[in-house]
Amino acid sequence: MKSYHGQALSWDWKDGVIELALHRDPCNEIGSLTLGELEQFAAALDELTAVSHAVIVHSTKAAGFCAGADLRELFEGAQSMRQEEAVHGVRDFLERVHAVFNKIDASPLTTIAAVHGVAFGGGFELALICDLIVADKMARFCFPELRLGLIPGFGGIPRLKRDLGNAIARDLLLTGRSFNATKAQQIGLVSQLVAEGEALKAARATAAQIGKFDRTTSAAAKKFIKPVPLEELRQEIEIFCDLFTRPAVEAGLRKFVESNEALPYLP
Amino acid sequence: MPTIDQTLDEVLALAAARFKVPREKLSPDDDFFQNLGIDSLQALDLLTRLENHFHVELPDYEMQGVSDFRTLAGKIQARL
Repeated sequence: MKSYHGQALSWDWKDGVIELALHRDPCNEIGSLTLGELEQFAAALDELTAVSHAVIVHSTKAAGFCAGADLRELFEGAQSMRQEEAVHGVRDFLERVHAVFNKIDASPLTTIAAVHGVAFGGGFELALICDLIVADKMARFCFPELRLGLIPGFGGIPRLKRDLGNAIARDLLLTGRSFNATKAQQIGLVSQLVAEGEALKAARATAAQIGKFDRTTSAAAKKFIKPVPLEELRQEIEIFCDLFTRPAVEAGLRKFVESNEALPYLP
Repeated sequence: MPTIDQTLDEVLALAAARFKVPREKLSPDDDFFQNLGIDSLQALDLLTRLENHFHVELPDYEMQGVSDFRTLAGKIQARL
């Protein structure tokens, strides 16, 4: 399927480039709706890979790339279930997210995240599955999960460790502070820093350049340099599910969902 | 290095321009969340613009509880 328009995301194929556009209000929170459509995209990728060389992931929402997991859905879902059922539901959700993210991460196509505004939690993790991150100077990256008594659950820590030094990964994770795009480029996370509103344009130019190379060679180079840390990704799901049963998580989720504070992602 | 008054003036000018509020309507001791009517995402936008403008890092946790322009300018001044 070369073109799709869903409620949370759309994709279009043109000249060998697949553009995946996120467009769910308010800022592309990843809940069951978005995940279902991401699974459709992952399925379509099988067919599209043969005629493509690059994937660009971007957001059409002014607020940013993606604000992370849909915490309201997570909280309300967990409230309506017994604890064992809630953990089972969370595990199932994480397994599905990981299946999609691992597939895109390991895709033989070159993948580019075009980021503006917030890329927080699961949104940051979505950017981390891409081979290149092109960010405009207003982009901001953060792993605020510890405020909820949790760790990132969509593959964030293993991929951050793969791509950056452990010290900077610890800073991001253990302080929960956000980094702007300039800092993100300094630490090696962002490969191209562009002016406000120019990330998608720069990503398209990059995709066009990538299209000049032999696909088999590019795929072999990517496979060699970017292994998917499958064992650590499995461990992450286990740690997340263990932590999820603690009272601190319910309290953290409740605080976030009910908060009207200016910076609600802070502990 | 700019003085604290110069920094404060630049903060006020930047906030006024970004959120389309007349500069003369903003005072150093105003609550900027109330005066600008901004939400959490817009607060992040302002934080990022200030970091880019002054070439400093402003950790979010240092901004927690800061709601007036004078205190905000002081936090920036401490990192110039």
